[in-house]
Amino acid sequence: MTHVLDPSALTGGGSLTGALPDPFADVTRSNDAFRAFLHGLPGVDQVGAQARVTQLGTRSIKSTAKAWAIDTAISMVDLTTLEGSDTPGKVRSLAAKARRPDPEDPSCPAVAAVCVYGDLAGVAKEALAGTGINVAAVATAFPSGRASREVKLADVRDAVADGADEIDMVIDRGAFLTGRYLDVFEEIVAVKEACGPAHLKVILETGELVTLDAVRRASWLAMLAGGDFIKTSTGKVSPAATLPVCLVMLEAVRDFRAATGRQVGVKPAGGIRTTKDAVKHLVLVNETAGADWLTPDWFRFGASSLLNDLLLQRQKLRTGHYSGPDHVSVD
Amino acid sequence: MTMFEYAPAPESRSIVDIRPSYGLFVDGEFTDGTGTPLKTVNPATEEVLSEVAVGTDADVDRAVRAARRAFVKTWGPMRPADRGKYLFRIARLLQERAREFAVLETLDNGKPIRESRDVDVPLAAAHFFYHAGWADKLEHAGLGPAPRPLGVAGQVIPWNFPLLMLAWKVAPALATGNTVVLKPAETTPLTALLFAEVCQQADLPPGVVNIVTGAGETGRAVISHPDVDKVAFTGSTEVGRSIARAVAGTEKRLTLELGGKAANIVFDDAPVDQAVEGIVRGIFFNQGHVCCAGSRLLVQESVHDDVVAALQRRIGTLRVGDPMDKNTDLGAINSHAQLERIRELAAYGETEGATCWQPEGDLPDRGFWFKPTVFTDVSPAHRIARDEVFGPVLSVMTFRTPDEAVAKANNTTYGLSAGIWSEKGSRILQVTDQLRAGVVWANTFNEFDPTSPFGGYKQSGYGREGGRQGLAAYLRSDS
Amino acid sequence: MSDRLPVRKTYKLYLGGAFPRSESGRTYEVHDAKGHFVANAAWASRKDGRDAVVAARGAFAKWSGATAYNRGQVLYRVAEVMEGRAAQFTEEVAAGEGLSTGRARAAVDAAIDRWVWYAGWTDKLAAVLGSTNPVAGPYFGFSVPEPTGVVAVLAPQRSSLLGLVSVLAPVLAAGNTAVVVSSKERPLPAITLGEVLATSDVPGGVVNLLTGDAAEIGPWLAEHADVDAIDLAGAPAPLAMELERSAAGTVKRVLRAPADEPDWSADPGLSRLRPFLETKSVWHPIGV
Repeated sequence: MTHVLDPSALTGGGSLTGALPDPFADVTRSNDAFRAFLHGLPGVDQVGAQARVTQLGTRSIKSTAKAWAIDTAISMVDLTTLEGSDTPGKVRSLAAKARRPDPEDPSCPAVAAVCVYGDLAGVAKEALAGTGINVAAVATAFPSGRASREVKLADVRDAVADGADEIDMVIDRGAFLTGRYLDVFEEIVAVKEACGPAHLKVILETGELVTLDAVRRASWLAMLAGGDFIKTSTGKVSPAATLPVCLVMLEAVRDFRAATGRQVGVKPAGGIRTTKDAVKHLVLVNETAGADWLTPDWFRFGASSLLNDLLLQRQKLRTGHYSGPDHVSVD
Repeated sequence: MTMFEYAPAPESRSIVDIRPSYGLFVDGEFTDGTGTPLKTVNPATEEVLSEVAVGTDADVDRAVRAARRAFVKTWGPMRPADRGKYLFRIARLLQERAREFAVLETLDNGKPIRESRDVDVPLAAAHFFYHAGWADKLEHAGLGPAPRPLGVAGQVIPWNFPLLMLAWKVAPALATGNTVVLKPAETTPLTALLFAEVCQQADLPPGVVNIVTGAGETGRAVISHPDVDKVAFTGSTEVGRSIARAVAGTEKRLTLELGGKAANIVFDDAPVDQAVEGIVRGIFFNQGHVCCAGSRLLVQESVHDDVVAALQRRIGTLRVGDPMDKNTDLGAINSHAQLERIRELAAYGETEGATCWQPEGDLPDRGFWFKPTVFTDVSPAHRIARDEVFGPVLSVMTFRTPDEAVAKANNTTYGLSAGIWSEKGSRILQVTDQLRAGVVWANTFNEFDPTSPFGGYKQSGYGREGGRQGLAAYLRSDS
Repeated sequence: MSDRLPVRKTYKLYLGGAFPRSESGRTYEVHDAKGHFVANAAWASRKDGRDAVVAARGAFAKWSGATAYNRGQVLYRVAEVMEGRAAQFTEEVAAGEGLSTGRARAAVDAAIDRWVWYAGWTDKLAAVLGSTNPVAGPYFGFSVPEPTGVVAVLAPQRSSLLGLVSVLAPVLAAGNTAVVVSSKERPLPAITLGEVLATSDVPGGVVNLLTGDAAEIGPWLAEHADVDAIDLAGAPAPLAMELERSAAGTVKRVLRAPADEPDWSADPGLSRLRPFLETKSVWHPIGV
């Protein structure tokens, strides 16, 4: 199993900037056309979606399956710190944890990426040099996205220049909610272009979109605009990642690949704190999008405290007894 | 391991203590039956679980006399609020012993533990809780100012939801002041016998609930006993007709909950992913051993191919096998006889020209199994479009307009249930108006609740179970 | 006879799921029927009343949004827990109301059974009080009963437990949340009931119990713009009329007090459920 982002994994669909995948070539010819397309997507019945995730939540993942799930989940973590009080020291400490999450156990996999604000991307890059762990930077006036496009693009270019391998952008929710879908689309296209070689994760901030219908539309919008990943949340708005939202996004990437041949990743972020939550998400991936998405190339967890709970559960499986918070490192 | 293979997650069997043999529960005690005992087997392994007494005419007579005594002496004269308290006790005991009931139900019936644990047992408890509340509120039920109980109810229930069907029968009968002689199904008697223990734990007065196990002969004795005032039956339409004949000319009141061949109608504006879930739930819940199963899928032509493709993809993720595994979605067929019937009807499907699809995967070597099966290119004339299969077999047909959907949906001798999938509320209500079915689910399927009356139109039976309407089956309101 | 010195209970308010003292710091002496001192009860102020309304409003969405089945099970749980404390209630009722142990126990039993009665109503109200409306047009019409909101309850003055439960339980069964002012002279069973509610899966804030004087707090509750209804059971005649007038200012639903405190052991029927239910009628077109 790979714990490192496969560099060729995301290039299958080719560059999308300016060219929409085949069956959807002209849906963005005008805002009206785009709106008609997005609103023509099948609706989502919230009660049914909730019932489905509740049912999948009863899956009982034991022994070998649990061990596999825990290691897979660890390898999918985008270890995140997004505070106004972040410092280079804090980021270096996080990077150290990212390389060896469990200092007592070298067999523990590394995480997928460290996720920081753009100004600390360079620090993270240096601390992670040679590890294969990516640097993800949030950009585009994260978390609100309320800035001019010039500022947002400069934010992205800065982070990429400082070594960010991945950019986590936020969409303009105000524009989305007022129906200016083409503006949102064009902004993502522009950001994708500014990313250059960096991979683009598009944060929908589903807690502000509220309805699952809107989540489905936003997912398609972001995928059509060339996003490599769609991500639920900034972590600054409640509710952040929820299972029904993740279900709808997994359905979207599944259907998008079936229609266009291009695979897009999914990243729930915020609010996933326990191993149980993480395993529920992996079950959801397995039984919705399928096993193709069960690698760090296609599924990530945006989290911080989740990692320690995964480590505690991992220690429990290894030693046979329960551990405590003093047996994992404080970030 | 590079795939997410779920390791086995078996529910522990140690919570249940199955005795080598069981007697009849008559007048508050377990007693021997005078018939030749029958063996009940685990359909997933063909292992014999226990030997169960068989009630003869004499045993049934004893049970009916006990029920009559209890009706006259204790249960009938009791303060209604106290009857309610007994039912509340039973509801709580079912909740407390829920895991035990779930495990036993799965062993005896073959249904997945996930379903017995999350559906059958909680709903059974809910039925008792709901009806407990009615016991002292019957004058508010809209059945006249002082409705009175009928007396002794003879009840015969099927093997598909053994405990839940018991709850549907016993709870309203007791809440309304009747006493009961109940015959569980021949292949699934064990949870009814555990329920008898619950009655003992609740200190329910002797004779209020009597459980007489056995096969068809025992059932016949129950429904034809002259001192039974009320007959309630859930099962096949064929047996239902014979019961209606048997009670003809008597004073007995009768309710029947019989077979079905429900249409599940998917319009082109349906929420597709949830519709697919609902189709799966409609036909594969409880291996399709559901009288209200959505066994006929009617899909609008413009979305037929998409829906069928999505459905097949989804069915490919169903986990078929050991019912005791907490991750199993589809368990065992309840009996060899039922398996033979499913095989026979599925074979008709192929010879009559429909296209059969089943997912990849192996079935266990022992036990009774049938893969989830989808027939496309089905014509309304095919037997698989008309006969109740009572198994995990879906027949897919198409329609072009709402009128055509309604015409095809109603083109059956049954009328128990139906489903509609559309995002347009007014269309749902219009189609609902025109469907001749006792339960219509819109954008959901196979939902049950004690507050919601359940029962059929046409040859799916008469009478309702649950809700205010369900009380009428056990009350005389002519005073 | 043991010479052990008993540990006495401090009686406080029950507010938002916690047991605070009155913000005013006031208490008053409670005496038994023979005039002996029993305890110092918290003397709730108008500000305690204000806090109670905030707590009740905060709890309304969750309580009214719970399934009727869930609410029924919670109310039944209250009966179960109360049964376990029957001896304590009996002692308090006997002392406070001057009843024999037997008659006090009968009042406690009736109070427990009253919870059971209302527990059974939660999931039946809609079927009994709601309707589908056969309107003359292509519409599906139905009417459903819904809880009114925050209900202020002035509990009966004489019947300190059975009377209290008889007025409180229907408010909860219908899905409302409550601010209750207890009997002034017999407040102790109310606080013990609060302890039962706090350990019976009733979410904090659904019931708020204030001990003190209805004449002092009642006017503030009657005028409070965020109180939707008021039950005047425990208000004496002149006060009741004044409160009803005050309540008119915000069009509160008012349940008037009977002239004399009734025999609470009688079958209440639906009489105390209907006043705190709104009817919502819904129209939906039928067409393809």
